[in-house]
Amino acid sequence: MKRVLVGPFNRVEGDLEVSLDVDAGQVVAARVNSPLFRGFEQLLVGRVAQDALAIVPRICGICSIAQSAAAAAALASASGVQMPANGKLAQSLILATENLADHLTHFYLFFMPDFARASYVDRSWYPDVASRFAAIKGSAAPAALGARAGFFKLIGFLAGRWPHSLALQPGGSTKAMTAAERIRVLALLREFRGFLETTLLGGSLEQFSALASESALRDWAAGRAGDFPAFLNAAYDLRLESVGRAKDLFLSYGAYDLFAGGVWSPEYGETAAVDRLDPAKIAEDVSHAWLAQGEPLPPALGETVVDANKAAAYTWCKAPRYAGQVAETGALARQVVAGQPLARDLVCRHGASVTARVVARMIELATVVPAMEHWVKAIVPGDPFCNQLVLPDSGEGVGLVEAARGSLGHWLSFRRGRIDRYQIIAPTTWNFSPHDGSGQPGPLEQALIGLPAGEEAAPTIQHVVRSFDPCMVCTVH
Amino acid sequence: MKLLWLQSGGCGGCTQSLLCAEPRPLFDELRDAGIEFVWHPALSLESGDAALQILEDCAEGRLSFDVLCIEGAMLRGPNGSGKFHLMAGSGRPMTEWVERLARHARWVFAIGSCTAYGGFSASTPGNPLEACGLQFDTDEPGGLLGKGFQSNGGLPVVNIAGCPVHPGWVVDTLEKLAFEGLAASDLDAYGRPLLYADQLVHHGCSRNEFYEFKASAEKQSDLGCLMENLGCKGTQAHADCNIRPWNGSGSCLRGGFACIACTEPGFEAPGHPFQETPKLAGIPIGLPTDMPKAWFVALAALSKSATPKRVRENAVVDHPVIRPAVKKAGK
Ligand code: SF4
Ligand code: SF4
Repeated sequence: MKRVLVGPFNRVEGDLEVSLDVDAGQVVAARVNSPLFRGFEQLLVGRVAQDALAIVPRICGICSIAQSAAAAAALASASGVQMPANGKLAQSLILATENLADHLTHFYLFFMPDFARASYVDRSWYPDVASRFAAIKGSAAPAALGARAGFFKLIGFLAGRWPHSLALQPGGSTKAMTAAERIRVLALLREFRGFLETTLLGGSLEQFSALASESALRDWAAGRAGDFPAFLNAAYDLRLESVGRAKDLFLSYGAYDLFAGGVWSPEYGETAAVDRLDPAKIAEDVSHAWLAQGEPLPPALGETVVDANKAAAYTWCKAPRYAGQVAETGALARQVVAGQPLARDLVCRHGASVTARVVARMIELATVVPAMEHWVKAIVPGDPFCNQLVLPDSGEGVGLVEAARGSLGHWLSFRRGRIDRYQIIAPTTWNFSPHDGSGQPGPLEQALIGLPAGEEAAPTIQHVVRSFDPCMVCTVH
Repeated sequence: MKLLWLQSGGCGGCTQSLLCAEPRPLFDELRDAGIEFVWHPALSLESGDAALQILEDCAEGRLSFDVLCIEGAMLRGPNGSGKFHLMAGSGRPMTEWVERLARHARWVFAIGSCTAYGGFSASTPGNPLEACGLQFDTDEPGGLLGKGFQSNGGLPVVNIAGCPVHPGWVVDTLEKLAFEGLAASDLDAYGRPLLYADQLVHHGCSRNEFYEFKASAEKQSDLGCLMENLGCKGTQAHADCNIRPWNGSGSCLRGGFACIACTEPGFEAPGHPFQETPKLAGIPIGLPTDMPKAWFVALAALSKSATPKRVRENAVVDHPVIRPAVKKAGK
């Protein structure tokens, strides 16, 4: 057996290193390391509680809005402030823009370039896919960048700028949309829909979101032009629908009042109900993180104390567990928990996989854009967008939201107006968590076991890692 | 012109922002200007050993490149070990990689305020991360590369400050360098390119009429000027955010929230809540950069007394309640 170190693992957000134990050309164990520590939880302590709104977006340049939304929700829960209808619609629109743009960026810039690797040169689909998706130089990149920049103009109207906006407040949004802006935003949504329908999916959003099973998906994709059908064609050729399974316990906090939250596993049965999520069952284990050892703690009592020389440790990432179990989060988790038929059918047949995770992102693009069109139309210019926050002197709050990559939670408490504890669990902290004290590997660590590795191996490991769309800067805060 | 890009203790937001470049897609824009990436951690194909080989060749001077772009703060801790950020796969501190690469770069660009001055990573009390910028430690010259550092091209570190940077600031600075060269006189005292930093955020702000009359917002989402109550530092922040829009048409002020002066060293620790204006005897402490205090007080008193009703009332609501008057022709 030999140990192989893979890093820098690039085209993820931040820094990633994966250590693989390889025997007879197969991975037998994996350790996932985030070799960067940023310590935002400490830098929030002592600040005025509202300052979290300016600080937490800077945790992550790819989901800064989600971080804002979590902080705003945590402060709102501490104060009891409610959002006016416009404020809620605006927040949903802003968060959805970021999440969907993230799915698009991931597909075109981070994930697909691996299919242009020379090891696939003999595959029938290779010439087309390589010229379309080659990193930086592929023909898809400018089209995708143009669509992405155009879509982000929504944020120019709704939140001033992206990343690192301060528009999301506990009581709504600082930007009251004008009647003229409302029209412009609708036009931008039409433009984005056009890109998705003609270039990415090769069919209407409504037609795609109606697909309810894997066989319907295959039929739909057969012979269809479009970047996602091109991926599906290659993925079926490589059998990626049965590669990259982790524990198949899916977790979601629920998003935009559109996708219900909860916990779900295919063991419950395809049409079974979801377990209500009980946040009290979440605890973080630090056995293999360079952090001072202690019992697993719920985040409201969590600590982040550096111990850089800890012997058993191999990452800066904590290991969050739900009722002691390893859970996966992300677009696939969000969709299976919400009961989306295609997502459920895929995981009931094969478990979570590279293909299922990518399909789930497409489901979100296809279902959320039409929802956004409704939200914009529901906005009433002239009605209020923001209620004022009145924070008690001391208190605590929890903000649970869904970022593109999955469940994001902020837990804060403050005394005499100043933060005395702030703990964050980011989506990739769940997915890329290390082994815990009872020896359970994290989701990615499990998903890599059994994969081919070594000099001649296909880039399957690359596909699996990137199918989670990791964000290491969030993980290490 | 060849760029080598690395990310250190930052959020990746500067790269994400850069990808929003307009009006042309970033890769087309750069390619047509003859600018290409030797390697970029978020965008390039090569990973693992292939990526490390490129970096090693650059650090040893075997592979030539022109601009070293670094994004994110330099994390020197704990105890000078650099272990808070090791370059994945190499076991070596990122700070060591940056020092080696900087020696072979013709120009070194700090992308974003973390890289330029240390940013939020440096602002935890006691700075346990031992974070700093490339050539500044907050507003003090120094940083990782030292205050006397000059790259082979004869310039100190070019600080494209901002949290994050505006894509136009990066693209324009790169193209200025590629087509005309950059001189020390193109940079301000904090190493920022004048092409965006010799404006103030206040210039072109859509709230300027409210500012003129000191008609101020009182709460989040009000239309008035954000300087008097809600922490706006637009009159002191060097950047062109209200002249060069963000994401098509936006800016912080247009988004309804205060400028927190993210292009200035030390913005992350202002010594007061971000969304409040510190005052002494009712007068904001951080007055406009170029204005004597007595004048400001006198003018403010005068302009407040002359504020038109429309401006006064619209300042404290989230949409205009009084429209500009319409005059009939010839009257
Ligand atoms: S809000 Fe800020 S930038 Fe705008 S006019 Fe007022 S002081 Fe100037
Ligand atoms: S307006 Fe101020 S805070 Fe906003 S981006 Fe510009 S300089 Fe930074």
